[in-house]
Parts: sequence; C-alpha cells; structure tokens
Amino acid sequence: MFNIELKDVGKSYGDNEVLRGIDLSIEQGSFTAIVGRSGCGKSTLLRIIAKLEEVSKGTLLFTGEETKEPKIRIMFQDDRLLPWKNNLNNIALGSVNQMLAKESLEKVGLIDKQSDWPDQLSGGQKQRIALARALASNPDILLFDEPLGALDALTRMEMQKLIEGLWEQQQFTSLLVTHDVTEAVHLADRVIVIDKGVIQLDEEIDLPRPRVRNEKFTYYEKKILNQILGG
Amino acid sequence: MGDKLNRNTGWYNNRFFPWVLPIVFVVLWQVLGQYNIITSTLLPTPLEVVQAAIRLFNTEELQEHVFISTQRALIGFFIGGIIGFVLGLFNGTILFSEKLTDTTIQMVRTIPHLALIPLVILWFGIGESAKVFLVAVGVMFPIYINTFNGIKNVDRKLIEMGSVYGLSRWRLFTNIILPGSLPSILVGIRYALGVMWMSLIVAETIGADSGIGFMATSAREFMQMDIVVLTIVLYAILGKLSDVIAKLFEQRLLKWNAAFNKK
Ligand SMILES: Nc1ncnc2c1ncn2[C@@H]1O[C@H](COP(=O)(O)OP(=O)(O)OP(=O)(O)O)[C@@H](O)[C@H]1O
Ligand SMILES: [Mg+2]
Repeated sequence: MFNIELKDVGKSYGDNEVLRGIDLSIEQGSFTAIVGRSGCGKSTLLRIIAKLEEVSKGTLLFTGEETKEPKIRIMFQDDRLLPWKNNLNNIALGSVNQMLAKESLEKVGLIDKQSDWPDQLSGGQKQRIALARALASNPDILLFDEPLGALDALTRMEMQKLIEGLWEQQQFTSLLVTHDVTEAVHLADRVIVIDKGVIQLDEEIDLPRPRVRNEKFTYYEKKILNQILGG
Repeated sequence: MGDKLNRNTGWYNNRFFPWVLPIVFVVLWQVLGQYNIITSTLLPTPLEVVQAAIRLFNTEELQEHVFISTQRALIGFFIGGIIGFVLGLFNGTILFSEKLTDTTIQMVRTIPHLALIPLVILWFGIGESAKVFLVAVGVMFPIYINTFNGIKNVDRKLIEMGSVYGLSRWRLFTNIILPGSLPSILVGIRYALGVMWMSLIVAETIGADSGIGFMATSAREFMQMDIVVLTIVLYAILGKLSDVIAKLFEQRLLKWNAAFNKK
C-alpha cells in the first residue's frame, strides 16, 4: 500500500510552465478528483504520477511500508484496446493469469463478449473492457484521465456506479481527472481544483455513500464550480 | 450487411459477369486462329497452347522447368525478404540503426535493380546465383520499406499504454509493435511477390539452361510459337497463384482487421 507524495512539483515544456509548486499528498485507498479548465495541466499531473513524464522541479514519492514499486494503471479518454486481440486477451495483457482476466471481465459484466474483437463493441463497452484490463492486474493506484468523457449521460452514470463499486471492493487509490463537477462530487472523497498550474482549491467531500443530490451535494458543486469559473 | 448504399441489385452484379469478357476474348482468339485470319506462326490458338502444355506435361519437361523456376523464385524471395525484414525491424525500432542506414538504403533503392544485370553477369556469370541474387535484391526493398513504415506508424498511444502496463521490450514488440505493423508488412509481401516473378522472368530470359525462361528462349529459336505463348501463360498463372496464396494468408492473419473494416 502506498501514499502518493508530490513536493513542490513543477513541469515546463520549454517556456511553457504547465504546473508549479504542486504540494499534494494522496492517501492510499482514497478517491481524489482533479478538475479544472481545459489545458490547466490535469493530464500532465496524471502523466507525472504514472511516470510517463519527468518532473522539471520537485519530487514525486511513493511512501508506505512496502519497498516494492507500486503498480500503477491508467484509463485514458480513448480505450486504447489492441484491435488485434480479442476482448479477453486484451484484458489478459494487464493480468498475471487468464483466471484473473476472466474474473475481471465478469466484474464489468461482459463475459459473454470475451471472444469478440474490441471493434465489435460500443464505445461504452470498450471503456468497460479497458476498466477490466486495468483491474485485472490488481493495481495499487488507478489513474483515470477523463475515461467517461466521450460517453452518453446514461452510460456515464452506469460506469460511475461500476467504478465506485469496484473501488469500494478493491480499495485501490483512485485519481480521477474530469471536467464534470457533478461526477467529481459524486465519486470523490476529495476534489482538487487546478488553475494556471497551481492548486486553487482542495476540498474534502463529506457525504455518505451512495451519494444522492441533496442540499449538501449542491453546496459542494457550487463551491467548486465557482472556484473554477471565478479563478 | 444492411448497407443500402452498397447494395446493388442490377442483373450484372454477380460473380460470373466479370468473366464474360475474358471468355469472349479467348473464344474470339480461337475462332480467328482457326479460320486463319491470324496465322498460327504469329499467334497460336488457345487450343494449340493447351495441346503444347499437355505434350510437355507428358514428357515431364513442363513440371521440371516450372519446379526449377519456382525454386529460384522462392530462394531469392526468402533471402531478400529476410534481409529486408530484419533491416526494417532494426531501423523501425532502434534510432541509432535508422540514422545510420536508412538514408543509404533509400538512396540505393532508387536504382532499378534490373539495371544491375550487366554487373551481375560479370560477378556471377549466368548461373543460379545470378538469378537468385536479382530476385533477392528486387524483393528486399519493398519488404524493407513496408516493414519500416509499418513499425513507424504503429499508434504511439498503444505503445504508451503498453509501457504503462509494464510490458517488457520483448512483450511490447510481440503484442503491440509486430501485430500493429503486420498489415503494412503483408502489403509489402504481396508487392514483393510481383517483383519476384518479374525479376525472375528477366533473369531467365537473359541466360538459363533450365526453367520457364529457358523454355521460352529455346522455343523461340525453333519457332515453336505454342510453347512461347505457353510460357507467358505459365508466368501469369504462377503470379496469380502466389497472389492468391498471399491473400489467403492476409485474411487469416488479419481477421481482426476485417472486423474493423466492417464497421
Ligand atoms: N508533450 C507536450 N509538449 C508540449 N506541451 C505540452 C505537452 N503536453 C502538454 N503540453 C501543454 O501543457 C498544457 C497542459 O496540458 P494537459 O494535457 O495537462 O491539459 P489538461 O488539463 O489535461 O486539458 P484537457 O482538459 O483539455 O485534457 C497545455 O498547454 C499543453 O499545450
Ligand atoms: Mg487532459
């Protein structure tokens, strides 16, 4: 189990300073959402944590009692399934064995599609396969980079429920980038607003699960939205 | 399937109609020859060509020459194909190797390989190695180019996904890079098969003591027009046959691609 610690992290592409002075510590097993305007550096932050990008400044640490490296997986906005592997084998790519792959295909409810090609599925089903692939490896940390952005409202709600359920079951650390404030408040224990490369708001969401849209819910929604629009 | 745009119910839209023209052509050719409108010393009739084929088949000359030509073609193809594939593989995956050799290969590629014939004859004489060499050189470049481009054009996002999933270099190659470049490699193979037969025809016509090209040149000396035409038909059949085999391979290996294209 791991905590994620970012200390004074900065990232620049040439003269373009995308992130600066990011101090963030994310507890193991928690669910954090990152929201912000387009181009504010959300994906960059995720990519740094996934070690797809180097930091320009500061440090990234994974702390915990274990000495091994954490197992990190990402779900991208596009499904990134391999069109030449059937659905089961796509999932097996992220898994230690075929059994786990099947299990996780069952969890997302697509076991009857195991020997189809990904291109025979709908967009929402593809993202479910991508989720199953990420889960099949029992990740310590699961990063979501707007994986539901391209889905219709109904499928989105279904996927949110699925993600929430699986997170409660498997207790991986979740980091969700989204531009949908409602989605953030619905899923996360904590919402972080990034603007102009710095953290502008860091809000605990103190609501019981499963969450319903009550007064308190809308209070959080408004607060976060105001921060994004006003900042 | 329920694709209204592509469905055409015209009487001509079936499997047999495209064959009408070739059949009319052959029948016309036969009739014109039979009534001596075309003299058979200029062009034998289709029936005469078939009879020549049967005659040579019975003496087993036909099988022997076809076998030798096919053997040359395949040996040259495998040598050239493997060299082209390995070069494409290295240059597609290792930047150092690409920077070192790609420009040179692209330069050499612009030389038509058949222009090497005088040189090849000086080096190898007109023996087996000359023919195999020409085929190999001709086959090498299309396979190289398509392997190289295929690898270079594999979706970077999929490779990135693979590295997030902790795939080793080898598994990244076998699971993502190779299957991703396979469609392009297969296009290269089909194209190279055409080049293979063309190179062999030229090489065998210039000098050989066996093979289809030898059949053609010796028949020409004795004015056996039926055999000359037969050799042309043989090359055509072999070319078509290798293309069909390659296509079958393609369909087997790219089943996922068919599913993709149907959408
Ligand atoms: N590889 C790169 N090279 C140069 N600049 C980059 C690179 N990747 C991102 N950037 C820049 O960094 C900034 C932040 O990009 P990022 O993808 O993190 O935004 P985002 O918050 O995820 O936006 P969106 O919500 O639209 O996905 C942008 O201005 C972008 O132009
Ligand atoms: Mg982004």
